[in-house]
Order: sequence, then structure tokens, then C-alpha cells
Amino acid sequence: MNILVCIKRVPATGGKITLTPDAQEIDARMLGFTISPHEECAVEEAVRLVEKHGGAATVLTLGPNGATEQLRDAMSIGVERAIHLETDGREFDPIATTNAIVNAIRGDGTNYDVLLFGNEAADTGDFQVGVRVAYAFGYPCVTGIKELAVNGNKVTAKREVPGGWEIFEVLMPAVITVKEGINLPRYPSLPGRLKAKKKPIATSQPAWQDGGLEKIKLMTPPEEAHQVEILGKGAEAAPKVVDLLERLGLL
Amino acid sequence: MILTYIEQDREKVNEASFEALTLARQLAEQTNAPLHAITIGSAADELVERLGAFGVRTLHVASSEALSAGNTAVEYAPAAYAQSIVEIIHAQKPAAVLAAGSERGNEIMAHVAAKTNLPMAANCIEVQAGDAYIVTRQRWGGSLFEQAKLKGATKLLTVAPNSIPVVTNSFVAQTVGTNKFVTTLSENDLRTRIISRVETSSGKVSLGEARVVVGGGRGVGSAEGFKILEELADLLGGAVGGSRVVTGLGWRPHADQIGQTGNRIQPELYISCGVSGAIQHLVGAKGAKHILAINTDPDASIMYKADYAVIGDLHQVVPAISAEMRKRRG
Repeated sequence: MNILVCIKRVPATGGKITLTPDAQEIDARMLGFTISPHEECAVEEAVRLVEKHGGAATVLTLGPNGATEQLRDAMSIGVERAIHLETDGREFDPIATTNAIVNAIRGDGTNYDVLLFGNEAADTGDFQVGVRVAYAFGYPCVTGIKELAVNGNKVTAKREVPGGWEIFEVLMPAVITVKEGINLPRYPSLPGRLKAKKKPIATSQPAWQDGGLEKIKLMTPPEEAHQVEILGKGAEAAPKVVDLLERLGLL
Repeated sequence: MILTYIEQDREKVNEASFEALTLARQLAEQTNAPLHAITIGSAADELVERLGAFGVRTLHVASSEALSAGNTAVEYAPAAYAQSIVEIIHAQKPAAVLAAGSERGNEIMAHVAAKTNLPMAANCIEVQAGDAYIVTRQRWGGSLFEQAKLKGATKLLTVAPNSIPVVTNSFVAQTVGTNKFVTTLSENDLRTRIISRVETSSGKVSLGEARVVVGGGRGVGSAEGFKILEELADLLGGAVGGSRVVTGLGWRPHADQIGQTGNRIQPELYISCGVSGAIQHLVGAKGAKHILAINTDPDASIMYKADYAVIGDLHQVVPAISAEMRKRRG
């Protein structure tokens, strides 16, 4: 089976977010970049599906030149090839992103059985690109999936909800958007990393488009005035902690 | 007209819908437009009454025989739910459609957006009407905001849960008219639907509902290290969670993660143990009324969010708290 997994490069944020002076982006000079968490699991899931059912997995990203780093990461754990829709760094909105991906898939000539996405990107959190791509091809779509199984031409997908699971079943080809927790992604091996360097990346530059949701600026949420009360040091603070529990009515 | 989707699952209304309705009413007031609502399934009298207090004029109630099998509840099928909203968009051309930024709200609105090829802004917290709307929306699970321009003949928005205080407006309270209709569905609308459900019950209080959450980070050191956290949580009738580092290392199952890609907790007290306080984690703990941080590092990020702190090694502090509790209980 042929799997396409679509990923996004995002800054690896730590304890604090700082913006660039023009408030258009996160200042990432001190940060590394990573695959957005849900998509990191989507890559692992693609590789597991291929290991189980045969075929090949392809990874696709829309992003700046540096996003080849994330494509290589995906290829280092078993994805065979990559499609890089290279941007000049300008953000594509959900409709523009969808169109770029749809055109790339059409131009690619592979008939994918399963198209995997993350449920939402860690940074923009748009919750819609996977669904839009599904409609462009007339495929069924299931979102927010934490368990996936392929049986013949059927996909069984499970969504975790408070107190249980909702179970969906769709025919392939299908779009599935997954959530972190569907698996525990493996670490790339050294031979995997070396192999990934030789795997092919097909690069093209899709035209930017105004899709109707246009970023004006980013803002950090207002900080609440905040004071932490130190109850003490080490085990000797225990009585004060229990006093606090009592005060809050938790005993 | 401004339309709000009122989410229900098997006749249980999602309260986050009323946050979306609050923002929708602000929009309706800004633009002097009537406020409508739509729900899929049955409209209990109680719901109709509640909507009146928000100034809703008409409630559209969609049903589908294919998904209800004779019941009033309509089984969930995202494209079919979206189609009901799309029918109202085509018939009545609302200026905007709003829904809760819940899992389903975002999913249904994404289907509406794909069906109509309209732009959509997810997880908004503020909106200024105009030819294009100026919206403020959450990024990074709420640790960053974006101001954006939203275009489209009908503006599609979801509203970030737990970010807008629900305000009714009894002054304009009125009788809500209902418009019942049967949605015309295609086969494609029915392809993705819930075919069964599995109930899981651990018998323990869930992270989302617990009044006390004891959470561990890298500082816990190992899967076994969580025993002392479990013990404290048991004494308090609370639940145990962990940071993304902890679930990524396999020390706890992913279902226990507190964070942007895990659970959002809202306890009275969150006791964070050996958690540095990455923003990905803090997003999940934002709903906690109080945070007590136990950490060896007085400069850890968590200290800037905590209300109370104990500086020290959790491996000594946590058992000491449990022991003190037992002592006082006798």
C-alpha cells in the first residue's frame, strides 16, 4: 500500500515564547525545529503500516528550505521518499496549504491508499487542512485518531473520548488525521540517518495565495501579575503543604 | 443573520456551545443582525428556553432518518452534521457561523469549510465585525495569540473553549421559534460515521475531572518513581498525570499526558513534581485554580506560573507530605 504523510516544521518551544520585532513569527534563533507532535506520530504510523502491509511511505511538507531537516528525520525511520513544497518563509493559510498539497499529490502520479495528517498543527492549530484535502479528492476523512488498523480495503479508526472510544470504519483511499499517543515514535538509528541522506526529495515552489485567512500579527497573552509563595525547602515543608491542602478544603 | 451551532451528543449539550453563542451575540449586536442557532438531533424544551436568554430568535433543528433509526438522537457523522449547517448557509446566507472549538466543533466546521470552500478561523477569542472580520485566535494551544483578517461571504469561526465568560442577556430574552428540517444527505455524507462505541472505565477519577492532580515531569526519573505520586494522589482522591517528556519516555501512558497534545486539567490544585514547565505542558494545566510546584530548581519556568512552591527533591518532599497527611489523620 502507498501512504502519504503530511508534516509541518515548527519551532521546538521551551519555557517561554519570544516574538520577532515585527511580531510575524516566533523568534526561533535560540530554538531548534521539530516535526509538529501529532505529525511525528503520523510518520511513525505510516512506517508501521508499511512494515505490516508492504508498500512504501512518502513524506510531504510545505515549508521553508530548512524543512528538509524534518523530511530527513522522517526518512531516517523508514519513509522512502519526500516531497518538499518549498516556501520563502511566508505563511500559507489553510486554503493555500490545501491547494499546494492537492496540486502536489495530483502531480506526483502515485495513487495513495492512506493520506495521514496530524489532527492540528502545534503552531497554527487550524484543524482543517486534512479535511479540505479529503474533499478535494472525494475521499472519506476521519480526524483525531488514536488507533488505526487496515484490513483489506477497510480502515478501522478509533477516536478517544472521555470515558471510552468512538469507532469509525471507512474504505480506502482515505484521509486520517491522527493524534499524539497513537504510538510512541521510534528514535532514528545511525544507519537510518545515513540512509536518509541518500533518499530522494522532490522539490517544487508552489505560488503563495490569499486563501482568506490572513495573519496580521502575533501577540503574547497578557501576563497576569504573579507571585509565588515559597512554602519551604525539602521534606520539612510537608506540614505547610498539608496546611495548604486543608485551607483549600482538599483533605 | 448570525448562526451558532449548538453541539449535542446523544441529547447531551456541550456547554462550550454557550461560549460560542456569547461571542455570536456580541457579533449580532455589533452588526445589528438577528441571532439564530442550529442543532442536530432533538431540541429539548430546556434548550429552547436557555437559548432565549441569549436573544436567539430561531433554532433550526436538523434531523436525519439515516442516522437516527427512529430515535430523536442523531448518530455522529461529521459530514452529515456539516451538511445541515451548509443547507442553512445556502438558504439564509448568514454573515457568520460560529461553533465551539471542541473536537467536534472544529471537525464539523472544517467539513463546512471544505464543502463551501470558505475560509475558517479556529479557536477565536475575540471578533470585530466588518467587511472582513478581525479575529483574535489562539495559537500553540493558547500560549500565543494571532490577530488575523477573516474573509468570506459567510465567515466561519470556532471559539476557543474556556476562554470567554458565558453571558446571557435576559433583557432581550425572547421566545425562540423552532424550524425543524430533514437534511438532504448524499452517500458521501454518511461514509464517516460512528459504527460503535467502547466504554472504558478504570474506576478511578479522570484527569479532566479530578479536584487534585499530582503531575510528574522528568525529575521523577523513572516509571517506578511515580509510585510516590500515586500514593499522594490516592490519599487526596486525585489523579496522576505527567508531562510530554514523561509520556514520550514511556514512563506513563499517553492518556496520562497533561499538555497541548494531551489532557487539559482543571483541578482545584495541581501539584507539579519535577516539572520544568514547558509551555506545551502549561497549556494543559492552565485550568488549574492553584498550582503547587515541587522542584529543585527555584528558577524553573514552572515557578513563574505556580502559586505555591517547595524547593526540594520531590523524592523526599512527596513522601513527607503523604506521611504528614497520615499522621494528622491518625
